[in-house]
Amino acid sequence: MKSVKNHLSLVIALLSILFSMQVFFIVDRSIEAYKINLASSYSIIAVSKKQLNSSDILKINKIISHVQELSPDSVIKRLSSDMKNTNVELLKLTLPKFYKLTLAYYPTPQEIKELKSNLFENNSITKVEDFSHTHDTTYKFLLLFKNVVSLFALVVVVVTVLLIFKELRIWQYKHNERMTIMGLFGAALWLRSAVLFRLAIVDALIASFLAFGIFFYFSSHSWVKEQFSNIGISIAIFNPIDDFLAILGVSISISILLASLIVLWHKEEA
Amino acid sequence: MNKVIIAKDLSLSYSSNETIINKANFSISSGNFVFITGASGSGKSTLLKSLFGALKPKQGSLVVGGVELNGVSRSKLNLLRRHIGIVFQDYKLIKEWTIDKNIMLPLLINGYMKSVANAQVDKLLKHVRLNHQSGKYPLELSGGEQQRVAMARALSHNPILILADEPTGNLDDYSSQLIWNLLEGANSQLKTTVIVVTHHIPKNISVEYKHFHIEYGSINEIR
Repeated sequence: MKSVKNHLSLVIALLSILFSMQVFFIVDRSIEAYKINLASSYSIIAVSKKQLNSSDILKINKIISHVQELSPDSVIKRLSSDMKNTNVELLKLTLPKFYKLTLAYYPTPQEIKELKSNLFENNSITKVEDFSHTHDTTYKFLLLFKNVVSLFALVVVVVTVLLIFKELRIWQYKHNERMTIMGLFGAALWLRSAVLFRLAIVDALIASFLAFGIFFYFSSHSWVKEQFSNIGISIAIFNPIDDFLAILGVSISISILLASLIVLWHKEEA
Repeated sequence: MNKVIIAKDLSLSYSSNETIINKANFSISSGNFVFITGASGSGKSTLLKSLFGALKPKQGSLVVGGVELNGVSRSKLNLLRRHIGIVFQDYKLIKEWTIDKNIMLPLLINGYMKSVANAQVDKLLKHVRLNHQSGKYPLELSGGEQQRVAMARALSHNPILILADEPTGNLDDYSSQLIWNLLEGANSQLKTTVIVVTHHIPKNISVEYKHFHIEYGSINEIR
């Protein structure tokens, strides 16, 4: 029972770090997926004095993924009710050309600014409507959400690291005597610290597999999937290979660092 | 006779302003049984600590088993310690390990095969009359029994040198006698050099012994 309790303290600490890490990954992926969704519905309107070639517009900035010339028919229809046919034809020729520019991804406000200035380098383009106010609000909201989650994850990691350091003191006290006695009989450093490293690695493996189980269960849970589909995104909540390797790597690194610190801080008493 | 320990102008201290052993010169030959006596705080245990490298000489030279301990590297010290058996007054047993594993410790460090180590542990447990306690943990044993385990551990790897720091200090007569018998046996039968720090030399000791007395920082050979 005592042994399980000793294992649990490090396993729980490691689990909370892994949990923060995975939550950060999920939020990051969700925001990226949401940005792609926004990019497909977001567009910029460019107004030109004369007809422009789609390929020329595409060359202006690589963020532009698609160009669609907007038909002026609806405007003309509204204005033409009291006009003669010849005047309508004249109006058609004099009306500026409208282009809807679809972007490859959801841009930052800086990228929009850059795109606008690139578009204005073409003398024919007289106006660009970027709907920047709506865009800025959405983008800033996403950034705020990401930053709040990152900050929360960071706080959890910092608090957990402090807890781990407290745990480290207990481990140091527990293992110091055994390491000293082994040293008195000439045990090499690797032999003296073998038990410690074995414990640390076992705890890291337990924490990693527990995290794997928890996230795998949540990622395959219909309620979780439904929540994501409700906001129109589909992401890998937990990638069983890549995410597990990251989790395993982080927890083993933390445990080995912990054990190494104990070995480094070990003072032989006789 | 080969010298196991040679000290020349040896000074020992824990801090720069206080010298506990001052420029001592002595030597101990292989197979000697040596008692080191002195008043409390005279430096007996300090000298013993220096013999297994837990305290580095402040000045002078201290050679143990052919290894100069002044400035010795950790790896060389480890190699030397593998040929020394140490018995402490507070036993220094690993509490989370069974007594069998505690006795086996020097054998495992010296790379003995598990089967050989197990056989040696069985033999030693009988020798210290604790075979009925096999598999128990140190804290389940009395102080005298724990010291007998520590004694068995010190003997397990047939060391060239046994260092004992007041090994019978807290023990009952039965355990004390058993410890003295084991130390005498190791010295007379295996020709192991034995150095014992003690307040009182037992009256019924049956082996030839040397006696050093520490007083005011100097080590005097009395016998």
